[in-house]
Amino acid sequence: MTVTVHCVPTVAEAAEAVARDRSARYFGGGTLLMRAVNEGADEVGILVRTTDPDLKRITSSGPSITLGAGVTMRAVLADPALAFLHPVARTIGGPALQAQATVGGNLFAPHPYGDMAAALLALDAEAACAGGPSRPLADLLRDTGTAGSQVVRSVSFTRPAAGTFRFRKVTRVRPTGAPVLSVAASIPVVSGRISGARIAWSAMAPRPLRAAEAERALEGCRPDATGIAGALAAAARGLDPPDDALASGWYRAEVAPVHLRRLLLEDGED
Amino acid sequence: MAQKPLQFRLNGAEKAVFVEDGANLLDVLRRSVGDLTAKRGCAQGGCGACTVLIDGVPGLSCLTLAETVEGRSVATAGGLPGDGSHPLQEAFMAHFAAQCGFCTPGMLMAATALLESTPHPDRDQVVHALSGNICRCTGYEPIIAAVLEVAGEGGGGRS
Ligand SMILES: Cc1cc2nc3c(=O)[nH]c(=O)nc-3n(C[C@H](O)[C@H](O)[C@H](O)COP(=O)(O)OP(=O)(O)OC[C@H]3O[C@@H](n4cnc5c(N)ncnc54)[C@H](O)[C@@H]3O)c2cc1C
Ligand code: FES
Ligand code: FES
Repeated sequence: MTVTVHCVPTVAEAAEAVARDRSARYFGGGTLLMRAVNEGADEVGILVRTTDPDLKRITSSGPSITLGAGVTMRAVLADPALAFLHPVARTIGGPALQAQATVGGNLFAPHPYGDMAAALLALDAEAACAGGPSRPLADLLRDTGTAGSQVVRSVSFTRPAAGTFRFRKVTRVRPTGAPVLSVAASIPVVSGRISGARIAWSAMAPRPLRAAEAERALEGCRPDATGIAGALAAAARGLDPPDDALASGWYRAEVAPVHLRRLLLEDGED
Repeated sequence: MAQKPLQFRLNGAEKAVFVEDGANLLDVLRRSVGDLTAKRGCAQGGCGACTVLIDGVPGLSCLTLAETVEGRSVATAGGLPGDGSHPLQEAFMAHFAAQCGFCTPGMLMAATALLESTPHPDRDQVVHALSGNICRCTGYEPIIAAVLEVAGEGGGGRS
């Protein structure tokens, strides 16, 4: 298909342009869209991009952090205040890809991608879309496909308390590679007991998602091998992970509890 | 197909071309400008053979929408000395870090970006800097050794 590129000054105009045409796609960093264009993909007819500077902004006021959807992995890595996200951004391709890949695009990247999306789910992020109120990222990811029909302006979350945020990615290739699976978690411990844990998977379902059963199983438990046993048993329950060239769905479901245990106890390498 | 004017600096020289809507930078470099040093390995972001520097930052030219480099500076291996006298070129030759040579321009640009931002990288930093670049010939060790030598680490010994 012949591709047309529209460049507009604001996100609002970009969202309108995307809504007008079924073949229009919002252009983030283009690491996935340009692949489609290079392949001559029929479904991409119009690329809509914007020069809106707000999209590149990283703001923090008190404990609240907002990342513009156009913030790249490289920009995340350059910001010491986002050190807890560096282990996530560092694994998303090599430095050249990181300079282009955006946070917003990661939310709509198809399986097996979505490492940053999983991290943001574990941080209980809210997503602000052009022309709409903020809503929980978990709801947005559940309700939308990977075409990005709503244009995300930014994601916001509360800075995790020191040592509570964790991320683990399993790849076939080191040091960077597409995920067999990734898991992110926020594990607050109050008076020796886990309270309000959040766990999110990427590559364990068509879209990144929260592991609600495992989270419930952790509530009130001690962060030790006995305490987390119920969460491990629930880790992949109800999930039907996709098969791909990296791993079968069966394999993903089998190893998910192993990696969740390593993440929760931080007790070892792959 | 609609054509758009595009002006940018390539290895310090002003370029003005017309590009097709949706064209990637790699095709513009190779077809419109005639710089064949950036290679088309996959056009999918997977091999790094097309790596260039955009305003000093490594970029995959196959995934870069050409019009986004309007007014910017692009550097390719074509900007390195033709006689191979750049320290990285010399180190690559000394370490046999190029065999078929297809990955070499991308490797050189990824290494250039690293050494400009981090003049004395350690081995892990070199490995990370080259992690988006695939080489099917050398097994990577000679390339890592060459970059470490230029970085003044004198080696490439395995960690
Ligand atoms: C070689 C290679 C390796 C990769 N490795 C990884 C990896 O390890 N982990 C990983 O997670 N991903 C990986 N990716 C996938 C991809 O690069 C990242 O997910 C990236 O963050 C996508 O962002 P983008 O800005 O490039 O997306 P784009 O290509 O611009 O867009 C992707 C999709 O998201 C939509 N979109 C983009 N921005 C928005 C927005 N603000 N609002 C609504 N919709 C939007 C687009 O319309 C499109 O449908 C890899 C890709 C390549 C080519
Ligand atoms: S040709 Fe660009 S990454 Fe392979
Ligand atoms: S030298 Fe042949 S691919 Fe690297």
